Amino acid sequence: MTTRQFGQPLKRNEDPRLLTGRALFTDDVQLPGMLHVAFWRSDLAHALIRSVDVESARKRPGVVAVYTAEDLGDFWQPGPLLLPPPPVEKLEFYPRTQVPLAKGMVRHAGEAVAMVVAESRYLAEDALDEVLVDYEPLEAVVDLEAALHDDAPLVHEDLGSNVNARVTQTKGDWAAAESEADLIIRRRFHYDRGTAAAMENRGIVSSWDERSQRLTVWDTTQAPIAIRNGLAAMLGLSEHQVRVIAPFIGGGFGPKIMMFYPEEVLLAWGALKLNCSLKWIEDREENFYATTQERGQMHDAAIALKSDGTVLGVKDVFLHDAGAYAPYGLTLPINSQCTLLGPYVVPNYHSEFTSVFTNKPIVTPYRGAGRQHGVFVMERLLDAAARRLSLDPAEIRRKNFIPPEEFPFSNEIIYQDFAPLVYDSGNYEPALDRALELIDYERFKREEQPRREAAGERVGIAVVNYIEGTGIGPYEGARVTVEASGKVSVATGVGTQGQGHYTSFAQVVAEQIGVDVSDIHVVTGDTDLFYWGAGTFASRGAVVAGNAMHAAATKVRGKILKLAGEKLEAAEEDLELIEGRVQVKGVPQTSISLGELAAEANPMRGAVQPGTEPGLEATEYFGPERGATASGVHAMILRVDPDTFLLEIERYVVVHDCGTVINPLILEGQIQGGVAQGIGNAFYEQLHFDENGALRNASLMDYLLPTASDIPNIVSDHVETPSPLNPLGVKGAGEAGAIPVGALFAQALDDAYRDIELEVREIPLSPNRLFELVGEALTREPA
Amino acid sequence: MKPAAFDYHAPRTLEEALDLLAAYGEDAKPLAGGQSLVPTMNFRLAQPEVLVDLNSIEELFFMREGEGGLHCGAMTRQRTVERSAMAKQVAPLLYEAMPHIAHAQIRNRGTIGGSLAHADPAAELPAVAIALDASMYVRSVTDARWIAARDFYVGLFATAMEPGELLIEVAFPRPRPRSGWSFEEVARQHGNYAMCGAAAVVELSDRGVIERARLVFLSVGEGPVAADQAAAMLVGERPTATVLRAAAEEAATKEIDPVGDIHAGPAYRRHLARVIGERVLNSAAARAFEACPT
Ligand SMILES: Cc1cc2nc3c(=O)[nH]c(=O)nc-3n(C[C@H](O)[C@H](O)[C@H](O)COP(=O)(O)OP(=O)(O)OC[C@H]3O[C@@H](n4cnc5c(N)ncnc54)[C@H](O)[C@@H]3O)c2cc1C
Repeated sequence: MTTRQFGQPLKRNEDPRLLTGRALFTDDVQLPGMLHVAFWRSDLAHALIRSVDVESARKRPGVVAVYTAEDLGDFWQPGPLLLPPPPVEKLEFYPRTQVPLAKGMVRHAGEAVAMVVAESRYLAEDALDEVLVDYEPLEAVVDLEAALHDDAPLVHEDLGSNVNARVTQTKGDWAAAESEADLIIRRRFHYDRGTAAAMENRGIVSSWDERSQRLTVWDTTQAPIAIRNGLAAMLGLSEHQVRVIAPFIGGGFGPKIMMFYPEEVLLAWGALKLNCSLKWIEDREENFYATTQERGQMHDAAIALKSDGTVLGVKDVFLHDAGAYAPYGLTLPINSQCTLLGPYVVPNYHSEFTSVFTNKPIVTPYRGAGRQHGVFVMERLLDAAARRLSLDPAEIRRKNFIPPEEFPFSNEIIYQDFAPLVYDSGNYEPALDRALELIDYERFKREEQPRREAAGERVGIAVVNYIEGTGIGPYEGARVTVEASGKVSVATGVGTQGQGHYTSFAQVVAEQIGVDVSDIHVVTGDTDLFYWGAGTFASRGAVVAGNAMHAAATKVRGKILKLAGEKLEAAEEDLELIEGRVQVKGVPQTSISLGELAAEANPMRGAVQPGTEPGLEATEYFGPERGATASGVHAMILRVDPDTFLLEIERYVVVHDCGTVINPLILEGQIQGGVAQGIGNAFYEQLHFDENGALRNASLMDYLLPTASDIPNIVSDHVETPSPLNPLGVKGAGEAGAIPVGALFAQALDDAYRDIELEVREIPLSPNRLFELVGEALTREPA
Repeated sequence: MKPAAFDYHAPRTLEEALDLLAAYGEDAKPLAGGQSLVPTMNFRLAQPEVLVDLNSIEELFFMREGEGGLHCGAMTRQRTVERSAMAKQVAPLLYEAMPHIAHAQIRNRGTIGGSLAHADPAAELPAVAIALDASMYVRSVTDARWIAARDFYVGLFATAMEPGELLIEVAFPRPRPRSGWSFEEVARQHGNYAMCGAAAVVELSDRGVIERARLVFLSVGEGPVAADQAAAMLVGERPTATVLRAAAEEAATKEIDPVGDIHAGPAYRRHLARVIGERVLNSAAARAFEACPT
């Protein structure tokens, strides 16, 4: 191996297996005698359960058991609160978490009330038709503002209100900014719910082996280690008795790190109770209710500026839809609160939110995780200000960028990792310039747009910025082992859902050990193979696990050099690692293979020196002091059919800074996929709940995911500002593509309809909604 | 999303199929391409006790040119029509509408008869059938009859067929001399059901005056909606842009009563009907001119 593999656009190690259908997904697990589970789910969003009659369901052929909340006995417990509230003064916090099966009351449509175990999924679903639930419908809490009225129905009666939390964070003095300002703009913004709609729904197979006294669980989770620890504790087993395997997962996007889903605890409990293997595969309809969702927020925001466009301050008061239970603490609204500030100098900031319980499915992070909202609010405020001040949208942004010499830059308020928000590094202007160049901003505005508009077209251009706090702690670990075959195996506790970890982690290790990436076998997400870890979330895999890989591989490299130095009777500095061998620099004849060294390091006779360890192996952990701040710019040219309001994205540019790039091809995939999800969020995907909390489009017939024909080719480029917070200099990239797309659509549409002063203040949009907004703008009285 | 239990029969002849349908009556459902029926069964919205699978009945798979124009057996796959040179020539409006139905994978299985019998208000084929004055041949054990497309559709997902009756064949008449046609729709995404669509046929006299016109909408009512007043307004007129726009306007404001759904409210659908109505009338008229001997 003479060429460097780190940083190269290598094709992914895992793809042949994935593309030829030979990879193991949870639904591929087939065990002898395995039984199948289906859940009876509430069709009402809010109701008292008077009684649940499962007698005739139990008697159906092929039915093994039917359980209700009562049958769970002491095992029936609300799930754990995953994160305590952040250390913010005067914070109010009233947590309520999900229950395994509803008892007494259902709080969202799709909440499970009974669990059927049968010989096949067909028979289990037939039995669902015989479960009789007698319930008394209650008025549902759907609208965020109405939820806070004094006479609103209550999602959790005992709380006395629907408030999940109230948090205020400030920086500087908004009141002072307000009094100094030449211009203040106030707006109300809405962001509505969507679902991640991973291609693979959730699924669990759990199997209790009476002889070995072990529980094995295959689970589509992003956090296998935490699931193992929790299941062991709940079931009264030792952690060593529980093995959780997160095999290949067809998309995670955040909802698969929710813990503990009712099904997760119930399948483990049921396997023990019945001494058997159980399988539950979520179907698409269940996915619309039983998998967590995101993005309902309403903001009342204001920005104060000087007449030259300098931002003096921002005030934002918002409501956050927490759904029926809030197991994830306040991560989402805190992310919104922090991410709003973006790449800009905002000296004075007042941000206040109320997290609100509603009778809707549970809300936990989904790619972007609250950041979309913050970006949308800030970018829209800047756009409105630019219009009032007759500034170009790109210029008002440039004017307010944090200058490169100001890093690390403190925003003072508390972030999702409970530390004050400090941007480690960044350089925003070059990224903006590059994006403007790639989209040909000036020429479009000067020539193309006027020419096409004169011919009756509607075309708009947009450019928006965002930052993304990524790669937060606490830690991840990795073990790197050189095997006697000369190949390298690597294990880590993070799960993987298609991000290319099998390749990018191998590239990090190859850099130190000098073997080909294809000779490195990466294992993720099997708790028997790596004991410690937190999980895949917050764009942290590459940052946190990647640096643990780097540390472990560096240590193994040290062991290799030391042993090879002894064997080859050479100084370590004179050795190099090339193509699976260690050789004296420039003397290929004097060399030894890694396989031989590995065998030497694990001798059959003789004594291992005290204080040394056998093998060429090391386990290391990495925990960053705080998150690394990635950033980027998206730009777009959008054409609107003025008659039908259908859109065509003519050009889409992303310029992104995620520090050092491990594999540009994988990064490209992350960006493209993220943008696709962002486009879905901006113009196609919306969960429509009616006033009773029923979901009107719980199928992919009516919940529109963007398809290949809706996604443009994306032109992308990178600016590399390495993070000083980790040895590799990497920052997370998983969520960046999805975050600013709503803001981008809004600006482009405004631009296409600037003659009638259209101002988009909500996401998602649709052709129908655009028709209405344009209609309103046309009939609006001139200001 | 697993269907409830059902009995399954796969007869090889039409007679057997009709016998089964007669024997089971309302409990039985014919299964054609399954592209609408199977999803509704998986949602358990439909729970037929008996399925009579038509896929082994060879006599239902045919397409030929005959007296009535293009004759399609009920089991003719949508994809077959889409790729047929004969269909393009004999029933060009039908041919033009085909690619708008769902996705290629679905058209590979979905049938002409299944779509016409299913009577989805958002489906393309019922509107096309009315615009072309097509007729449907239906049979039961005891009866056989032809039904005009216009009389075939009687409401939401409802046709004039009785339990025990099977759609056997459809005849789409050939274009008449000096006539033009057009089909367009607006869907949120390629392959999705349309928020609004329209089929038009315009026939000119040898003096260039409209002699006969058809304008039929989909997705704006309980079934296909024929805008007969608008069509009547056109007769005797020269097809100028103003005249065609006025007809589309008439149709969109007076002849449809769209209900909203999550994708398109009534006002937007009405707006689309105006836009698409005008577009299809214009291109049908332009084609009619092309078809006139000069
Ligand atoms: C994702 C998706 C998108 C779609 N988009 C569209 C679209 O844009 N436009 C559109 O028109 N359709 C669309 N469809 C439906 C599709 O075109 C179906 O093929 C069509 O509606 C039904 O045809 P089929 O042969 O599959 O009928 P089936 O599903 O087998 O049957 C439909 C109904 O007709 C009855 N039936 C079938 N054959 C006969 C017969 N010979 N006599 C009497 N009754 C009969 C059945 O009993 C059943 O009630 C879509 C489907 C899907 C899954």
